[in-house]
Formats: sequence, C-alpha cells, structure tokens
Amino acid sequence: MMSTRALGLGPALRKAAFFPNATRKQTMLRNIVAKRSIQIQSLPPSAGQEILNKQRLVRPSTPHFTIYQPQLTWIASIFNRVTGVGLSVLLYGFSIAYLVAPGTFDSAHVVEVVAGLPEGVKYAGKAILAAPFAFHSLNGIRHLSWDSIKFLSLKGAYVSGYIVLGATAISTVALTLIK
Amino acid sequence: MQSLLTAGRSVHLALGKRAFSSSARRWQAVPQEKPVLMKEFKIYRWNPDQPEKKPELQSYKIDLNQTGPMILDALIKIKNEIDPTLTFRRSCREGICGSCAMNIDGQNTLACLCRIDREGSKNTKIYPLPHMYVVKDLVPDMTLFYKQYKSIQPWLQNDNPPEKGEHLQSPEDRRKLDGMYECILCACCSTSCPSYWWSQDEYLGPATLMQAYRWIADSRDTQGAERKERLQNELSLYRCHTIFNCTRTCPKGLNPAAAIAKIKLELAVD
Repeated sequence: MMSTRALGLGPALRKAAFFPNATRKQTMLRNIVAKRSIQIQSLPPSAGQEILNKQRLVRPSTPHFTIYQPQLTWIASIFNRVTGVGLSVLLYGFSIAYLVAPGTFDSAHVVEVVAGLPEGVKYAGKAILAAPFAFHSLNGIRHLSWDSIKFLSLKGAYVSGYIVLGATAISTVALTLIK
Repeated sequence: MQSLLTAGRSVHLALGKRAFSSSARRWQAVPQEKPVLMKEFKIYRWNPDQPEKKPELQSYKIDLNQTGPMILDALIKIKNEIDPTLTFRRSCREGICGSCAMNIDGQNTLACLCRIDREGSKNTKIYPLPHMYVVKDLVPDMTLFYKQYKSIQPWLQNDNPPEKGEHLQSPEDRRKLDGMYECILCACCSTSCPSYWWSQDEYLGPATLMQAYRWIADSRDTQGAERKERLQNELSLYRCHTIFNCTRTCPKGLNPAAAIAKIKLELAVD
C-alpha cells in the first residue's frame, strides 16, 4: 500500500478495478506521468497583489528616444521646439538687456559693433540667425494648416515637412546674402 | 551517417537519370536544400526575479531559412528552440489582437505584421514598447493605458434611445467612424509619442484620444458635449503637439493625429 501511494498509483489501481480492460493501461500511465518532480509553492490569491507591488517598486522603464528610429516627424518637432526656445531667448534677452543698459544695446551701437566684424563672421552670424528663424516660421505655417484640418494625412505631413526643409534652405541662403 | 545519406541520394539521382522503366517515385524531384542564412536578433531582457540585474540586450542567432517570414515567427522559434525563458505577448498572429506590439528596429509595430529583414549581416533589435514599465522582457505594464481608455467612457451613451429596435444612422454618418473603429488598442501609437513619454500620467495619448473622438463623432451618441468638456484642460488633449509619430507608426494604417486635430478644432469653435 505504501509503495502504491509513493508512486501515485493509488487512484489508478482503484479506478482500474472498475474500468474495462482497454482503458486501464492508459489511465495508469496518465496518473504516473501527471506526478511531477517539480515542487511548487502554493500561495493564496491575495498574495498576488503583494508580489506585484514588490515588483513594481524595482522594475525599470523601457528605453525611448535613444532607441527610437529618427524620423522626420519627431526630429522636425524637436527642432521646432529648439529653434522656438532659441529665438525667444534671443528676443527676451536682447529686450531685457536694452532695458537694463539702454546706452550699450541701442541700434546705433549694435550696428557699429557688427560693422566692425570680419566678413566671414558676419555671414556665419547671419546664417545662424536666419536658419532657425526661417525654419520656425515656415514650420509654424505647417502647424497652422494642421490646426485647420489640412495636410493631416501621413503623406501630407511628410510632403509638407520636406517642403518646409527645402524652403528653409532657400530662405536661409537668401537671408544670409542680403546686404 | 551523413555520408551514407548523401551516397544514397547520388545513387538515387543516377538511377533517376538513366532508368527507362523507373517508378514514379524515382522521377520525383529531390527537394533542394536551402542554404543556411543566420541572422542575429538582439532582444531586451529583464527578469523581475533578479531585479538587481540591469536590463540588457541578449543576442540570439537563428537560421532564417528555417523560420517563418515574420518577427513573431522568429521570437516563437527562439522561445521554442533556444531559450524558453524569453517572455513576450502574442495571440492571434495576424494583426487583430494587438498583443505582440513592440519596438522592432526602432519602430513600434506588431511583431506578427513585421517582416524579418533578410539582410543576414545586419542584426535586428527588439525592445518593448518605449517608456513603459517592464513586467518581464518584452512585456510592458499596460495598466495605465487601459485606465486612460476607460476614463473616456468608450461606450455608446444616448439619453433618448429609440422606442423600438436599434439606433439608426445614415451611411454618411457611419462613414465618419471609418478609420477609427478599427483601432485594436495595441498602444503602438501612444508609446511612440514623445508627449506621451514625458507626461503619460496626465496626457491621454493618441490611442485613447482617437477613441474619444470616435464617440464624439458618432451621430448616435448624445453625450458629445460632456465628452468634449472632459478634454477641455491643459493636459488631457493639448499635450498633443501634432508630431505625427502616432500616424507614422500605426500598424493598422490609422490616423490618430488627424482625429486629435479634429477634436482640437471642435473644441476651438465650440
């Protein structure tokens, strides 16, 4: 009796007494196979929440912009934000500087300082100012058209994006070459 | 054993070539053996049972010629044959359940709809959906996403139901729902959205907002004003900066960005 219990044959033998011969062997086999050597720990359903909460405390957040494919969509959006911040800083910075020291930052002084710079620096400075201004203004038009339900398809977004990039390049060159 | 087999095959071929009266079986073509095309998959791993171990990319190499065409086939093959501890969600394997959403080679998509790039020299990187808490390996915690979906009350609300029968709708009104009702809530779009990355505790995200508009646009729903009122704040809707990552990544080809822009316009002209 001990040995049948140890092997897990108890139910199989009991059933075998009632079952017709054909199914006997199968049932016995299934009972032996069903007994596994792996030990599992039994926990009440209420323990699940505790385990989950413990995991929640330590689990990481998945990587995002470092692994995401660079696409015109979000890269253009980042540059829209960066150029907007840059232009605002320049505008507010210059305005506040003028308020603080109107003698140094009035138009006449600025013109004087810029006129004294070498040619190369002048063009570089103009390009650095012109590119963000052109991109931010043109991309602003793109955003306004989206807000009025135009170019809202994926194709519209990409075509308008490339148009803005092309127009930015042309306007930057044009603004830089203005004397 | 191998030499015996190949020897047997060459005899077979020789017989097939000359035999006049050979049986049909001998005429059958010898199946061509496909060349081995190994490709490396680098897969994000993190195990909650070993939380002190940092998440890492684990490399697996499989023969593409012994694998199905899709990324999901590769994942299942790796799990079956190399590493049974690899954990990911999958169900329908035909792009209708949304379970296997993940970031494959930098883009959010469904593994079952994404073909394997057969360029063997390039590896394919597979991450879970971006900026989500990991449950294990490629399984992100979607609790917040589902809660946000629930918060927009995604069911038909009509305080004046028809006396008898069903709510009727003109074909034009029905057509307004096309491109929105097909959403399977796989969260590819929401987790591709930088705005959602930075403020997902307050911003609802493209998937939820498109479903919000799906009910606002439904002619049978009478609670449109209340639905819009709930979005009338700084964060729920207006964190959308029309970046278009959502539309770009949607594996079902839907356009959440357009739906959100339409909500914004409706709120503006209210």
